[in-house]
Amino acid sequence: MDLPFYFGEEHLQVREMVREFARTEVAPVAKDLDRTSEFLWDNVAKMGPLGLLGVPWPEELGGAGMDQLSYYIVLHELAKVDASHALTVSAHTNLGTSPIVDFGTQAQRERYVPLLASGKVLGGFGLTEPGAGSDAGGTATTAVDKGDHYVLNGSKVFITHAGVGEIFSVTARTSPGPGHRGITSFIVTKDSVDLDRCRTLGVGHAEELPKTKGLRAGKKEDKMGWRSSDTRELILEDAIVPKENVLGTVGEGFVNFLKTLDAGRIGIAAVSLGIAEGAYGEALRYASVRKQFGQAIANFQGISFQLADMATEIQAGTHLLYHAAWLKQNGKPFKQEAAMAKLYCSELAMRVTTKAVQVFGGYGYTTDYPVERMMRDAKVCEIGEGTSEIQRIVIARNILASLEA
Amino acid sequence: MKIAVCIKRVPDMDLRFAIGAGGKALDPVGLKFDIADFDGYAVEAGLRLVESHGSGEVVVVSIGPTAVQETLRKALGMGAHRAIHLDAAEVPFDGMSIATALAAELKEGGYDLVLFGRMATDSANQTVGPMAAHLMGLPCVTAISKLDIANGRGTAERQLEGATETMEFPMPAVVTIDEGLGRPRLPSLKGIMAAKKKPLEVKPAQLGAANLTVDVIAFPPDRPPGRIIGEGADAVPELIRLLQTEAKVL
Repeated sequence: MDLPFYFGEEHLQVREMVREFARTEVAPVAKDLDRTSEFLWDNVAKMGPLGLLGVPWPEELGGAGMDQLSYYIVLHELAKVDASHALTVSAHTNLGTSPIVDFGTQAQRERYVPLLASGKVLGGFGLTEPGAGSDAGGTATTAVDKGDHYVLNGSKVFITHAGVGEIFSVTARTSPGPGHRGITSFIVTKDSVDLDRCRTLGVGHAEELPKTKGLRAGKKEDKMGWRSSDTRELILEDAIVPKENVLGTVGEGFVNFLKTLDAGRIGIAAVSLGIAEGAYGEALRYASVRKQFGQAIANFQGISFQLADMATEIQAGTHLLYHAAWLKQNGKPFKQEAAMAKLYCSELAMRVTTKAVQVFGGYGYTTDYPVERMMRDAKVCEIGEGTSEIQRIVIARNILASLEA
Repeated sequence: MKIAVCIKRVPDMDLRFAIGAGGKALDPVGLKFDIADFDGYAVEAGLRLVESHGSGEVVVVSIGPTAVQETLRKALGMGAHRAIHLDAAEVPFDGMSIATALAAELKEGGYDLVLFGRMATDSANQTVGPMAAHLMGLPCVTAISKLDIANGRGTAERQLEGATETMEFPMPAVVTIDEGLGRPRLPSLKGIMAAKKKPLEVKPAQLGAANLTVDVIAFPPDRPPGRIIGEGADAVPELIRLLQTEAKVL
């Protein structure tokens, strides 16, 4: 779809470039990276110079200076070929970089954003804890004021880039809970776990960046999908964080990360929609060449109706996604629309990839074809950055509030 | 160094395409257009030359309707410095007509090198580069896979069947590019942003007379279906007999 209502010529050029990148650089490696669960360092090194690791940030901060729509187009196109690549860009850009761009001081922006936006180092976001997932109010990581610095203790789980990344925004309690008040965001830093690889490639590590004492990565998760994206525990043990690294206002961390998560939902919607379209494209091609009973299986209504349903729902998801993105781009409220896009597109990704495996029959269940990987990659879209249940809560609260008003 | 790169906007021939109603051209509906493959290599070659010489200018030139500006902007996004659109309602099939317009534009432009792809991926004529060279009175080396410029002279390599030919030429010159010089870079996002601000000049194309026209385009006939002649070792004698007598490949 060309979506002339949303897209200008520049968006189409971005889309064309990312498609070509995905076809020539991502498609040939996606299967092996998934199998070995190896992080996609080689392509991180290629995506940085193309501007894909800092799409929406201003040029003076090292970004590509493009708009939000371009950023979601990048995620959407990458995910059609490999969700791990899209997720890496999404986690780095929105979770890793946007909190510093949006809530950082000028000094913090100038110090950290150019490293992140250029793709020199990767970033992440430490919110989730063993006892605080959807309920971020349960945050148990503590930050104790020691005069000129804070001492942080706690453990963050399922943190994208906890191993490969170097710059993180993390949340911790500066005053006792429970509840949302008293949570503060901090910028913390560590070395990449793949220093040798980073030095060889010339990306992923900034020697000159002072590192936080007491911050380290935990064990790498062995995941069902998104396997070449890096997910680990992030551990703070008496981590010494100078006061200049407080991100935003002390005690207001919760308000800020909700904003980050709202934008993240559009990103996950884009990743989800990409997965769905990728699987649909595979199913469409396969159904038109796979012959049974003397003809292409696409000629049978049992298959063609499924393809028709996939195409229709993908079109609906596309409008939800780019509508939410357009609202954000134009400074309009987008919380509800972002939740709707994320909810619909992630569940759509699961439906479409499951159907795609079915269209492929036994072959679809093997790793010879990409649809099984897409099906595994789709599942976590219903979980990460707010489960489907949380999206329904957000939407329900919004529509009920409008009734009360 | 001042380099002109002539590029053509062509349909992606890997996609399914249909022949138009008149039978003389492809049906444009559903076609996706892009810079011709070898022309992309020529842009890359031009950019690398300017980069390695530390200074200079790459000017991309294309003939056709307004839509070619999209292709020119892609080349600007890759890093070309400016673009010239020679406006023509359609691109004639006759290479001499195109070469005439290009020579008229480029002859007095003060270019050190004029680069072409070795052929357009749609028409595959391989004529425009050499014809333009002739019209401008410049030496022309075709289908090169390596190019070095030093002291006002160029050295180029051409891949022959089983051998490599190295040749030298004075500048200015026309060179047509094969794919050995390096894969065309993708336009970076910064490149795409910068391309919007780069100059793109539009002039009418001074096409020469077109003496060639396409009479008809036809798809090749359908291949006859395959035949199973047997299974395992028992089928080998019959297979060899058919390969000798029917297919005549042995």
